[in-house]
Amino acid sequence: MSDNNEFTFSPQLVAFIKEWKTKPGNLIMVLHRVQQEQGYISREAADQVASLLDVPLATIWGVVSFYHFFKLTKPGEHNIQVCMGTACYLKGAQAIIDELDKQLHLPVGAVTEDGIFSLEAVRCVGCCGLAPVMTVGGEVFGKVTKDQVAGIIAKFR
Amino acid sequence: MNIVHVKINGIPVEVEEGTSVLNAAKKAGVRIPTLCYHDDLKPFGSCGLCIVKQEGSAKILRACAAPVNEGLSVITNDNELYEVRKTILELILSTHPSSCLTCIRNGECELQDLAAEFGIREQPFEVRISDRERDDSSASIVLDPEKCIKCGRCVQVCQDLQGVFALEFIGRGDDTVMAPAAMLKLEDSPCVRCGQCAAHFPVGAIYEKDEISSFRQAVADPEKQVVVQIAPSIRVGLSESFGLPAGTVTTKKIYAALRRLGAVSVHDTNFGADLTIMEEGSELVGRLTKGGALPQLTSCCPAWIDYVQKYYPDLLDHVSSAKSPMQMVGAIEKTYFAKKMDIDPAKLFTVAIMPCTAKKYEAIRDESMHASGFQDVDLVLTTREFARLIKSSGIDFLHLEEEEADSPIGDYSGAGTIFGATGGVMEAAVRTAYHVVTGKEMDRVEVESVRGLAEIKKGSVDFDGTPVRVAVVHGLSHVDELLDEIRAAKAEGKQAPYEFIEVMACRGGCIAGGGQPYGANDILRKERSAGLYADDKNSAVRCSHQNPSIMKLYEEFLDKPLSETAHHLLHTTYQELPVYKA
Repeated sequence: MSDNNEFTFSPQLVAFIKEWKTKPGNLIMVLHRVQQEQGYISREAADQVASLLDVPLATIWGVVSFYHFFKLTKPGEHNIQVCMGTACYLKGAQAIIDELDKQLHLPVGAVTEDGIFSLEAVRCVGCCGLAPVMTVGGEVFGKVTKDQVAGIIAKFR
Repeated sequence: MNIVHVKINGIPVEVEEGTSVLNAAKKAGVRIPTLCYHDDLKPFGSCGLCIVKQEGSAKILRACAAPVNEGLSVITNDNELYEVRKTILELILSTHPSSCLTCIRNGECELQDLAAEFGIREQPFEVRISDRERDDSSASIVLDPEKCIKCGRCVQVCQDLQGVFALEFIGRGDDTVMAPAAMLKLEDSPCVRCGQCAAHFPVGAIYEKDEISSFRQAVADPEKQVVVQIAPSIRVGLSESFGLPAGTVTTKKIYAALRRLGAVSVHDTNFGADLTIMEEGSELVGRLTKGGALPQLTSCCPAWIDYVQKYYPDLLDHVSSAKSPMQMVGAIEKTYFAKKMDIDPAKLFTVAIMPCTAKKYEAIRDESMHASGFQDVDLVLTTREFARLIKSSGIDFLHLEEEEADSPIGDYSGAGTIFGATGGVMEAAVRTAYHVVTGKEMDRVEVESVRGLAEIKKGSVDFDGTPVRVAVVHGLSHVDELLDEIRAAKAEGKQAPYEFIEVMACRGGCIAGGGQPYGANDILRKERSAGLYADDKNSAVRCSHQNPSIMKLYEEFLDKPLSETAHHLLHTTYQELPVYKA
């Protein structure tokens, strides 16, 4: 058991989990909400869900490691997504990823040392007309060129 | 049940509707190859080796998971099915190291057998072996992920059979691994070390910690005097390792083998079982007459003890404080026996042959396992290790002349020997508790209501007008039902409707423990148990309190059950354990 006494869910999240406790298929629903609030599924959060739902931790780990949607490590303050779907890929998304690594020393799946940025490669964010696309937080940047990358990052410093 | 008519390769066979194609084929005398399937587990269908063709349909069925219906006709073997199965095997082998010669399962591996049967002679696919590190954090079990074939048996055993949830499928697809949550080490997980995963796994990815070399070193050491005890289940389990029918009792050949292996004195854990009954039975009588938490829960199974310490710490006052028979024998060997034989207990090396991987941990569990002033049990070998030790020591086991164990720790009653089967501890306890409470002997010592493989057995024994309500549970996944009942009753300030409950972690009891020969299913469980019950029936003494050597032990050394000396040497305490250590 991880001893993190300071770790708590918001009252709303606890209420949500209690509401869903007896409903079948609740685990994924609950984990979605946990990730929404916490940004990822930490070991402490998984322990908490296990105890609130009375589900083995192993079962929770099986689910969060199965679905790519769930993150097991804390993302950066600003999570960068670069689309590697067909259109974006053909339009040079790899160059954006390479540039981000060059500027921030940030390979795909990693977090910068200062915890400000994290980077993931995703499949289609739903605006292929703007290819290549990257998003930072919720903000979408279209037709991104390698040279624009530094400027985009600077906005979030 | 509805009987349906099906055809397997044209052979007509009548089976109950819903029977799997695999079992229908068995009835028709047709063998379909399987790898992930196990009689103890729900069909999982992960390997695909048992595929069959359904006549009149393009459908390919997995025989383990497909139920039959009226008129079903299947083909289980043709060239195409052979080629597909061979390819499946080749694909599995492409992720499995070809280190069979140095593998602990060499000669006892289901994958090796299949590769031989299918005549696999080459490796057509690129070999990709997992580079995940071996996990030997546990005192009992080793996980070797490079040999994992992702059949899923270990996870099913851990979750469905045992309800422990130490192992889970982590990740997805090709990257799936079977591991504890958060990729923790086994020792930090909820694992209770029962070893059922190792006993059920088809290959060498999970196995008992092999400590044969410690035995060899001890017997070669002139400073050490090696004494060995054998658990009840060894006498009916070991036979299978030497090609004898399941349940064959080989007690006296085992004693002979132990002397040839270098034991200076040969003992029997059954003596300890008789001693356990004296202590645990007296404890029960005390709770019944003087008060104390009821029902009393048995304490001989170390995996169960681990489970209750982790999952039901609020019920620890219900658990008997009596140590297991193995630990009692160890403590008596290094005190009473050492003195009697004039051996320095520091030079005594006590070995226990056990059907159980958790026993390896029990021997080092806490300070109370050093009650004699030394580690009471120095080494625990499982039945499988014992078989390998005999085979590698030039002993022709089948042709050994029978020998007797050494008195007094080799003397046992029929009650002691049935400890190895589910219900056996209860039956043995009843035989003696009846005597303690009523002052009389039972007319008929057999207690049939607690025998057999029903998951939870309940009964009531009449103690001269006082009914004693008992329950017996085996297979940890069924124990929660009874424990929750106790909890619920306690919450209302009441006693659950039992006075005494026996718990064994493994289905069938120790006869199918995690350290026993491979292949246990309910058929083998019944045969192994039958061997123990026959051994009981053939015993001149059937009750623990009638064992003359036990009586003498109390006269000469312990005084009486629950005496101060008995408490110090033969009893222990329990504490709450975290489900996860990390």
